[in-house]
Amino acid sequence: MANDNHQDGEHHGVGHVVPVSLLVQVLVALLFLTGVTVWSAGYDLGWANIYLAMLIASVKAFLVVAFFMHLRWDKPFNQIVFVGTLIFVALFLVFSLMDTRAYRHQQRTGDAPFVGTSYEEGKLQAESQGGSGH
Amino acid sequence: MNTPDTATGGAVSSPEITEERNYINHSQGMLSWLLTLDHKRIGVMYLAAILLAFFGGGLAALVVRTELFYGDGDLLLSGDWYNKFFTLHGAIMVFLVIIPGIPAALGNVVLPILLGAKDVAFPRVNLMSFYFWMLGAACLILSLLLGGIDTGWTFYAPYSIYDAAADSHTAGAVISALTGAFMLGFSSIFTGLNFIVTIHKLRPPGMTWFRMPLFLWSIYATAVCQILATPVLAITLLLLIVENAVGIGIFNPNMGGDPVLMQHFFWFYSHPAVYIMILPAMGVVSELIAVHSHRHIFGYKFIAFSSIAIAIFGFLVWGHHMFTSMSPMMNVIFSALTYSVSIPSAVKVFNWLATMYKGSININTPMLYGMGFIFLFTIAGLTGLPLATLAVDIHLHDTYFVVAHFHYTMMGSALIAFIGGIHHWWPKISGRMYNENMGRVAFFILFFGFNLTFIPQFIAGSRGMPRRYHDYPDIFDFQILHQASTIGAYTMLVSFLMIAYYLVMSLVNGRKAPWNPWGGNSLEWHCQSPPLHENFRETPTVGDCYDYSGLVWNAEIQGYVSKKA
Amino acid sequence: MSDDHHGDPNLQHHFEDMDQQFNASKLGMWLFLAQEVLFFAGLFCFYFVFRYNYPELFEFGSQYLDAKWGAINTVVLLISSLTMALAVRCAQTSNKSGLILNLVLTFICAGGFMGIKFVEYKSKLEHGVFLGLFDYYTVDSELAAREGNVAPTSPVERVAHATITPADPNATTIAPPAATPTGITRPPASAGEAHDHSHDGHEAHDHSHSHDDGHGGHALVIHGERPANLHLFFSCYFCLTMLHGIHVLAGMIMLVWLYLGAVKGRYHAGYFTPVDLGGLYWHLVDLVWIFLFPLLYLI
Repeated sequence: MANDNHQDGEHHGVGHVVPVSLLVQVLVALLFLTGVTVWSAGYDLGWANIYLAMLIASVKAFLVVAFFMHLRWDKPFNQIVFVGTLIFVALFLVFSLMDTRAYRHQQRTGDAPFVGTSYEEGKLQAESQGGSGH
Repeated sequence: MNTPDTATGGAVSSPEITEERNYINHSQGMLSWLLTLDHKRIGVMYLAAILLAFFGGGLAALVVRTELFYGDGDLLLSGDWYNKFFTLHGAIMVFLVIIPGIPAALGNVVLPILLGAKDVAFPRVNLMSFYFWMLGAACLILSLLLGGIDTGWTFYAPYSIYDAAADSHTAGAVISALTGAFMLGFSSIFTGLNFIVTIHKLRPPGMTWFRMPLFLWSIYATAVCQILATPVLAITLLLLIVENAVGIGIFNPNMGGDPVLMQHFFWFYSHPAVYIMILPAMGVVSELIAVHSHRHIFGYKFIAFSSIAIAIFGFLVWGHHMFTSMSPMMNVIFSALTYSVSIPSAVKVFNWLATMYKGSININTPMLYGMGFIFLFTIAGLTGLPLATLAVDIHLHDTYFVVAHFHYTMMGSALIAFIGGIHHWWPKISGRMYNENMGRVAFFILFFGFNLTFIPQFIAGSRGMPRRYHDYPDIFDFQILHQASTIGAYTMLVSFLMIAYYLVMSLVNGRKAPWNPWGGNSLEWHCQSPPLHENFRETPTVGDCYDYSGLVWNAEIQGYVSKKA
Repeated sequence: MSDDHHGDPNLQHHFEDMDQQFNASKLGMWLFLAQEVLFFAGLFCFYFVFRYNYPELFEFGSQYLDAKWGAINTVVLLISSLTMALAVRCAQTSNKSGLILNLVLTFICAGGFMGIKFVEYKSKLEHGVFLGLFDYYTVDSELAAREGNVAPTSPVERVAHATITPADPNATTIAPPAATPTGITRPPASAGEAHDHSHDGHEAHDHSHSHDDGHGGHALVIHGERPANLHLFFSCYFCLTMLHGIHVLAGMIMLVWLYLGAVKGRYHAGYFTPVDLGGLYWHLVDLVWIFLFPLLYLI
């Protein structure tokens, strides 16, 4: 650890010291991408809006993780942990959404019975309507 | 192949048992236990607390079984209280006993020793996990004092959402129970985190991945599940707490919410949780079978990798709990994936059988539990296959068939392995030998009682007896089947009381345990019983932990020693 | 290289050397972050499932949020991420004054973030919106009033006005809603039949109305028809931002603790693990916000 001022990407010693200039560049890139997100949201691209926004957010997330969090220079296993986590998140979201999609056309429309009421009131109202809310 | 005496560090050459210092007499006083950072003491505290919780959960089960002795109901309990008791039984057994049982209690005691480390990576976090467990237990007790809950251990919405009109439980009781499970979740997460880091970073020189005992592989796979699955349970419970407190509507259909989403959230955790329960049990059994058969484990790498495979497949099958509430396409996907889990499980069973083949099997208590596990786990696994089959599951869903199936998994497999592991490591933990004959008798009573309880439930379930019913008509022999089941439950009570008796008596007047009573060669048998505060005098050298050829029985100390000594 | 650290007072007894201790702590932190990611994943799943089922909720509801504040908060948090990364660098290079300065700057940014959140929450509460709550009554009566060209002026009047003249004749079949202590009541209108998935089409002739919150705040202009079950959007918004906010608060406590350690000179090139781990945690909090900002405020 005597040589902790090394600026190369090699991993000897504890941790990796990132040059200030690189950190500032990353911040500039992040701010720029934030601007792009806000700007692009002003245009109505339909379904593409959310994908575009998520794409930009993912790029920003990558910058934060790789440079601010030093993952680019970190132990391979720590990288595996992070990427593996994202895979399991994707699994969770995709399976839940696939099931939701199949049910989408059976969704009930209109305000649910207890909406805008206290719980007890909603119950009474639902009863007085003879379950017409369903 | 290394001879074991390289692994002993010269320890076996001085096998005399004297009143030497160990982790138990290392320091005195209540606080030295309550604030300890020693993994062994934390493990012992877990063990005591978990066994106490097991006693409570068992009593709740007996109340439920007694109630079902006659079909016409209200023998002991009203319907509402019946619901509260099976919820209590389920919540205690799952969250307080089986999930933390093997990893937190046995794992804490032996994991660092098996690894050759001085402690787990983060001893303070370890102690914090224990107090999270205690807080969780306290919250569950508080929920009982506030009138109990009848949601079932799964906290399904909308049961778990307070409804003034239904008047079955109070908002306070359900919030308290949810908070308890939330705390227990974090206890489990931090335990898993600690174990992964310990296994990665604290292996001494020579302890390569493929020299690790299989128990460590299974604990590792369990910890992966704990870290990746339990947070989803935590957020689910948090949302339910908020739902009960202010009514956010996410899971409540009356507020426009989606109760099926709650099931997805819950089972994304709780199916991996099934493997959090069974994987450590498989690890314990790998040790029991190899050590007590005195034969090198067969197919080491297959067992090791099948643990990892089960952990990963475990995340892909949660939908099979929702066959009746999910869309047809997802049902087909999840059904197909579910079958895939049976492959690594079967790999393990065949490897255990092959290990026993031509071994010199010592039929002592831990080995009986090991063999009992294989028998019961096979039934558990095979009855899972019809449940994974979509068409059959529509008939069997929410019947006693399911109840019997998961009791064979959770009790017949996970708990039997837990008790087997307690017997196996009891000499190491307590430094005393228990009464072997009583141990064997108690095992057979337990084994008989267990099957008497749950085989009739398979029959009743396949004839259509639904679960969670407080009374039932006496058709299809339901009453006689329930009565057999209830008698079986009381038989198990007898065996558990016996086990408690002889284990406590061993502390009072048991023979002092030698270093290596069973002839194991993994590192815990190369340190004294009970171990030193710092586990090893010097960092141990590591050989093949399943090579028993260098050990020989020494009648003088009633234990195994190295041949050279 | 670790030999010279065998006597290091920061080395715990069960580790061989500082390297092992650092690597173990770092792996532990990454696993904790993995846990955090899945913890938030539950809420993101909540968001995506409801967004997929009820896109109109999110289009309508996000009008209540002010993208300007959201963007400012994003910038504040990104800057705090830079200062935190600089703090880690200063710790690694034994730059004590730089470490203290950057920790303080990070703390100020965090405080600014929470301050802006406070302003936002305050304005939501003034509009009768909170976790699981939505001021259906006021909004529906306002929409009705606008159709009848009667503009309510104060919240009290708005409520009174709508109670007298329900907008929808169907509403007469329901008992007149009684105001609850929170002032939230069942909407008299039946958004059930009324709500239309494609209100982009008739955006032009849609009634837009403005809330004046009467506290000198900004005027809120809402376009479109209120979709059913709008409170779900706000449940989602508050669950996500509150959980994130709790993490920011925890991060601020952590920053104070790091600051105290830094003042005592505990961190230097040979031992900076707490600063490094604190940095990882802080960046994760930033990471979550990077996704929350466009999902809630922009689209």
